[in-house]
Amino acid sequence: MSTVNYKEIVWNGLWKNNAGIVALLGLCPLLAVSTSVVNGVGLGIATIMVMTCSNAIVSLVRQWVPGEIRIPVYILIIAVLVTVIDLAMNAYVQALYLVLGIFVPLIVVNCNVLGRAEAFASKNPVFPAMVDGFMVGLGLTLILAVLGGMREILGKGTLLSGIDLAFGASAKAWVITVIPDYHGFLLAILPPGAFIGLGLLIAGKNWLDQRQRAKPQPLHVPEASAMTA
Amino acid sequence: MNSPLVAEKTAVNFIMLKVLAALLPAIAAYVYFFGPAILVSIALASVTALASEAAVLHLRHYPLRVYLTDGSALVTAWLLALSIPPLAPWWLIVVGTLFAILVAKHLYGGLGNNLFNPAMVGFAALMISFPSHMTHWTAPDVLAHSHWSFAQQMDFMFGGISPADSKLDAVTMATPLDTLKTQLHLERTVAEIQSSPIFSTLSGKGTEIIALLYLLGGLFLWQQRIISWHIPASFLAAMFGLAGLFYLYDPVHYASPLFHLFAGGTMLGAFFIATDYVTSPTTPLGKLIFGAGIGVCAYVIRVLGGYPDGIAFAVLFLNSAVPLIDAYTQPRVFGHAGKWFNGRKE
Repeated sequence: MSTVNYKEIVWNGLWKNNAGIVALLGLCPLLAVSTSVVNGVGLGIATIMVMTCSNAIVSLVRQWVPGEIRIPVYILIIAVLVTVIDLAMNAYVQALYLVLGIFVPLIVVNCNVLGRAEAFASKNPVFPAMVDGFMVGLGLTLILAVLGGMREILGKGTLLSGIDLAFGASAKAWVITVIPDYHGFLLAILPPGAFIGLGLLIAGKNWLDQRQRAKPQPLHVPEASAMTA
Repeated sequence: MNSPLVAEKTAVNFIMLKVLAALLPAIAAYVYFFGPAILVSIALASVTALASEAAVLHLRHYPLRVYLTDGSALVTAWLLALSIPPLAPWWLIVVGTLFAILVAKHLYGGLGNNLFNPAMVGFAALMISFPSHMTHWTAPDVLAHSHWSFAQQMDFMFGGISPADSKLDAVTMATPLDTLKTQLHLERTVAEIQSSPIFSTLSGKGTEIIALLYLLGGLFLWQQRIISWHIPASFLAAMFGLAGLFYLYDPVHYASPLFHLFAGGTMLGAFFIATDYVTSPTTPLGKLIFGAGIGVCAYVIRVLGGYPDGIAFAVLFLNSAVPLIDAYTQPRVFGHAGKWFNGRKE
């Protein structure tokens, strides 16, 4: 606890203990919202903000919260933050807010948020806790973006469709048509596409890890024990 | 069934070849009634299936010759090609076959490990993704408003070009099941609807002959002991029984049970699809439950659901119940008390 290894926090959040494809936490919004890059990243950014702030606040009050009631306290903190994000999104990016619908308020019960508060923020100083919340959220956002991109290209043949929801009508021109004159493989947009896509991402990650492990690693120094509880 | 002392040739490829042979009469009738485009679909599906199978086997370091010649990929390809409209664009059959072989078969571990019938997974993926392409069925030659030559059909399948003087709608029409469903919503009676020229004695013109030939092929497979009677018999009996109940209750709004047996994919499903070894239960009682379940579900989806036919979804649904059916119908092992899954706890 005396020395915080930021490199490891970053590595854990983005890859080794990625919320989306390793910890498999908060799958409901992950599967439901990743129908396009814009939707996925939209929810991802909201989650990043909530997680960074909630980790910071939980870390600030960690000395004074009695162990027996820590979960309700954390949930209250998270709920306050989500309400702020929810109202802010409704005010500034309302079109996107309407598309994401119930999944923005549902960030309250996203187990990633509570999980990091419990596993990391409640045991660490403020700044590392914020970095951890940000990195785990970013890892989740990356998965949402990749899965959203896969499903969008396969399902609609476009990329970044709906970007005008976030940046106004002028952003319509940013939409990339990957496959012109495409019939649309609807299955990719529907729930089965989310499950198959996530399965492929997990397989891809495991494959990359396996290949890495198979390589001879002369300078491999075992790092300190993982930060996850 | 055989004495263990009598050696019998039951290699997988031998079984699969017989299954393919049993499909041939029905395919011949298909060509007679609906034109030769189906042969192109079958060929396209076969090539796609073999190529994708070979690619995956190569990636998984499996011996190519053994697994590629077992014929299972070919059976999947043929069943899928026979399930989708013959004039479908070429990419439809390719996407469906790829999905069947890559996702439904090999992602689950290849032949013997797949939980769901690959051909039906491919069909369901297409049905959900491209509903409009999947409902443009070719009209029997005798009923079509205009006739396309083979070259014109190929132009349409591979280039999407229909002849100048006729559109796709002129050579396609709703299937008997589809017609029945939509017309019933218009408050017409079954008798009125079935007086339309696409209907015939048993089900639809042309399709009833094909269904009869599927039945014949299925009986051949049964006689050859490739399939047991349990699944087809309970499937057909359940569908006949349920359709009969509804028919007795209200013959004005429910088609006769005989119509349901020979319409849509019933016969193909009962003898060729539901009987897939890998995705059906192993015990006789389990097979009876499995078949009856498909019959009931298919009828319910067909008559009360949104899709014109329900064989594929019923098969997939019951596929997912197979592990449970197998666990509950396992016979008691001699010398052990209780059921197999109770005994396994020790």
